[in-house]
Amino acid sequence: MATPAPKYPVVVIGGGIAGITAAVEAAECGAKAVLLEKRAHLGGRVARMHKYFPKLCAPYCGLELNFRRIRENPDITVYARAEVAGISGQYGDFTVKVKLQPEMVNAKCTACGKCAEACPVERQDHYNYGMGTTRAIYMPHPMAFPQWYNISRKACRGKECNKCVEVCAYGAIDLDARETVFEMKAHSIVLATGWDPYNGAKLQGLSFGVSPNVISNVMMERLASPEGPTKGKLLRPSDGKEIREVVFAQCAGSRDENHLPYCSSVCCLASLKHAAYVREAAPDANISIYYIDIRTPGKYERFYHKIAADPKVTLIKGKIAKAEHDPETGGVIVTAEDVLAGKKVTRRADLLVIATGMQPAAHNGIAGLKTDEQGFFADGLARGIYAAGAARLPQDVSATIMDATAAALKAVYGGRP
Amino acid sequence: MTQADAMKVYICTGCDIGASVDVDKLAKLPAQFGVAEAGRHPFLCGEAGVQMLRKDVSQGANRVLIAACSGRVYADRFDFGKDVLVERTALREAAWVSAPNDADTQLLVEDYLKMGIVKLQKTGKPEPYIRELDEKILVVGGGIAGMTAALAAADAGRGVLLVEKEAALGGFLRKLKKRFPVDGVWEPVETGIAAKADEVNNHPSIKVFLSSEIASVSGQPGEFDVTVKTPQGEVAVRAGAIVQATGFKPYEIAKLAHLGGGTVDNVITSARFEEIAAAGKILRPSDSQEPSSVAFIQCAGSRDEKHLPYCSSFCCMTSLKQARYIREQNPNAKVYIFYRDMRTPGKYELFYKKMQDDDGVFMTKGDVESVTGAGNGGVEIVVKNTLLGETIRVKADMAVLAAGMESAAKNGGALHLTYRQGPELPELNYGFPDSHFVCFPYETRRTGIYAAGAVRHPMDAAQSEIDATGAALKAIQCITLAAAGRSGHPRSGDTSYPEIAFERCTQCKRCTEECPYGMYDEDAKATPQPNPLRCRRCGTCMGACPQRIISFKNYSVDMFSAMIKAIGVPGEEENRPRVLILACENDSMPAFDMAAKLRLKLSPHIRVIGLRCLGSLNMVWLGDAFAKGLDGVLLFGCKFGDEYQCHNMKGSELASERLSKLEETLGRMSLEPERVRFVPLAIDDAHALPGIIGDFMKVIERVGPNPFKEFAD
Repeated sequence: MATPAPKYPVVVIGGGIAGITAAVEAAECGAKAVLLEKRAHLGGRVARMHKYFPKLCAPYCGLELNFRRIRENPDITVYARAEVAGISGQYGDFTVKVKLQPEMVNAKCTACGKCAEACPVERQDHYNYGMGTTRAIYMPHPMAFPQWYNISRKACRGKECNKCVEVCAYGAIDLDARETVFEMKAHSIVLATGWDPYNGAKLQGLSFGVSPNVISNVMMERLASPEGPTKGKLLRPSDGKEIREVVFAQCAGSRDENHLPYCSSVCCLASLKHAAYVREAAPDANISIYYIDIRTPGKYERFYHKIAADPKVTLIKGKIAKAEHDPETGGVIVTAEDVLAGKKVTRRADLLVIATGMQPAAHNGIAGLKTDEQGFFADGLARGIYAAGAARLPQDVSATIMDATAAALKAVYGGRP
Repeated sequence: MTQADAMKVYICTGCDIGASVDVDKLAKLPAQFGVAEAGRHPFLCGEAGVQMLRKDVSQGANRVLIAACSGRVYADRFDFGKDVLVERTALREAAWVSAPNDADTQLLVEDYLKMGIVKLQKTGKPEPYIRELDEKILVVGGGIAGMTAALAAADAGRGVLLVEKEAALGGFLRKLKKRFPVDGVWEPVETGIAAKADEVNNHPSIKVFLSSEIASVSGQPGEFDVTVKTPQGEVAVRAGAIVQATGFKPYEIAKLAHLGGGTVDNVITSARFEEIAAAGKILRPSDSQEPSSVAFIQCAGSRDEKHLPYCSSFCCMTSLKQARYIREQNPNAKVYIFYRDMRTPGKYELFYKKMQDDDGVFMTKGDVESVTGAGNGGVEIVVKNTLLGETIRVKADMAVLAAGMESAAKNGGALHLTYRQGPELPELNYGFPDSHFVCFPYETRRTGIYAAGAVRHPMDAAQSEIDATGAALKAIQCITLAAAGRSGHPRSGDTSYPEIAFERCTQCKRCTEECPYGMYDEDAKATPQPNPLRCRRCGTCMGACPQRIISFKNYSVDMFSAMIKAIGVPGEEENRPRVLILACENDSMPAFDMAAKLRLKLSPHIRVIGLRCLGSLNMVWLGDAFAKGLDGVLLFGCKFGDEYQCHNMKGSELASERLSKLEETLGRMSLEPERVRFVPLAIDDAHALPGIIGDFMKVIERVGPNPFKEFAD
């Protein structure tokens, strides 16, 4: 006879695609699941992607199905704006201490949007990686789940302004809300804390953060999105001019002893996908991709072939050594080595996209868990604690979902660590 | 809906609804359907609003129409238990995309309210299909993936039947000297396969059938009847779900003649090299001499349109591992690796780096032009386009072709399903089974049967172990859900299932051919034999059936016909065209919600109905729409083809095939074919909606009003 459903819930830390998958798959096996997300909305990094490779389909398509599975399943409880302050206990009987950020906008919010219309404060839009602004009360994306607004505590002027409170007909805003801390029991724990993009500013000589025309790959996702800062228009960031030449620098940080010694697994496919974005948004633009190796394993090879066959796309084996502001054109001058031709080349570009790699997200508060030298959660943490997705290994969405599904099995049934 | 049913309608006036439409007028509308005047509340989803609803439910209301916001929000608040049917009408979103206090907006929301009432009247309470189910998991294939799945399921408390065609467990890994590392010291590691096989063989919950194959599988999740062909004869077993982990086949050396495979002495595949290494000292085959130089040729067959168009994923790491064997055996030996791209993703890069630091290993990108014999058993390799910028010739004592992998599913013969739609998992491309790639990699087209490991996608052993564990979860989950009468993905939790009025069945086979999940078998007369536990509730069979005899308790042809007929059609002179939009509810309907959230403006002349999947489109609805006097029909479904986005894999494709036969019907009605259009729409296409709809309204304007308007009631 099958094992009975666990007494306590599987607690999943991180509400990106790995965490969502782990929670939903566990709950559909009859366990209870709690999903803790530190931001106000679920979806993590993938919610900020414009499309997925290789199908060029919208991440919200799969997210929508998962959100629906969450909405309709009473066995899943979501805590947004929740961080973990501590874990103790053992398999079958953990205690998880949860810190809930002040619920300045509560579940009474109908997402009607009147508050954002009334809010006088503009803030930098972190969801769009600092490109563009939102009001201090905002929804990062029209499809965001849960459908409620969020207040930037840093930007909000508080009760002296109070304009959002005044226009909210539903009593959904409480600027006095306080942080709360509570404890819950957990059968097991899934660590799905995801990844952060490597900081391009650490890559000396590439002018990231110096020239607005040098952007990172995650920024490219937002620039291509109709919900992004440019409403999907791809123009030169410095002056809004048409884009004619786009250069991609692969392994920006990855495969580099001074930065990330590992390969981030997704950047080749991401840049090929970005080439497809450019082809759609700026059909006349030439695209050059400088790479060490093109890594498109398995059936992804087909996507590589499709993009590489485009006459507007050129792939050059070589590393970009330098990128500087081009005073003549206002663009960027890129210096690279073309390894096969055995020479150094310089190129003028309107946009340089640096394919920054992924590093494990900071997981403050979950101290004491073993990580490898790079900060990824190590395998075999303890029975009852399982890492999944990019918190464990640099991997793409599909591999992450496999990983999270496997973690869900272990979490429900107490698999080997 | 019966006499005993009591319907109540509620209109929320919050979120601009009250300010945009004449709610008093709207509230009286239910009377036309014999339903009491609608209750109103300024904040229906708030505590007081929900309290009001609860009170009415406690006093007997068992059908509740919430005319407020989209059903995609607050489903939990408007859930009053399984005995109360709740329907949602998205007045808010309709108001947000329309001009406030406008006659056309009023007509729009009135139609939506009518459609909502009719839909709720036609809805029944699903009665779950519940059976006592078998919980055992059948695993086909006893390699690393199969053994991992078996142990994962057994550790989860399930009984497992493992069928392996060889005389011993272990699969491909059994032949290996070592596995490549995944972490830590970055040295090849023991496979551990013998210990794992022992664990499987000794596990009290796992029954292993060696030298055995599947002779047939019939039935459905929880009730698979399996015949296993064993050396002792055929054995009948029952299982609840199946994991197919039949692995891969290394690409054959005979097909690699262009690289000297099968024609030049001492040119072998990496699989053969591994066997030699596992047997002891690495000696070259022709003369049993220890090689002092070995050349590895990557992508032998892989990434080659003439052979395997995909990358086999594991070969780069395998050659690096084998290079290490050679260097370990003879520190003076030279190793050459010719690759196109070195593919060592993730932390594997650290192993690559380690091997790069070994002076005895020379690696270069390049295209191998030829491999020929060089006398005394040696080989000569000519490589173009190398990093040295020239064509190079390398002589080595032997050459190893890093031959890729082919899915074992390519040639079938693993499951022998007795399904009407064929004996194996449907293939998508290159011989790998179809799955909903990216977001739902396990979502199989044969409910309860999950492919895992290299049979499903080119992957290495470590990835196969993860994949197999995930597949074990899906197998367990499928039975858990089925036992509760609930569907799995994509309509997880749905307890409805199709019912057939067999007396009117004409054995046309449309349902048995079209179901994306192969739910129907056929008897000798071609009468459909449903297997409800295979069903995923997409409604494709309902859409396919020309007799309209397939329906769900809460989803039927009649329901949508009635909704279409409830749409008010103004006379031709009013110049208010009506366009029906039938839209996929997972992608297109959220796109409409997003358009509303963005306050995009859409034509007030459209009437949008969400479908479970466009595959459930029944052509009679188009007839209903035109007979009623509607001027056009737009169909929004997901992109189809090899890169399909439809969560039911085939739904939108089948709908568009049905449309190809539409012209004849329209012709009979003397209607222009332009009046119907299929548009692939993705969830993030909200911005495109005004344009798509606007263009279609222009077409309708051009072809003019539907001449049936004047005959419609």
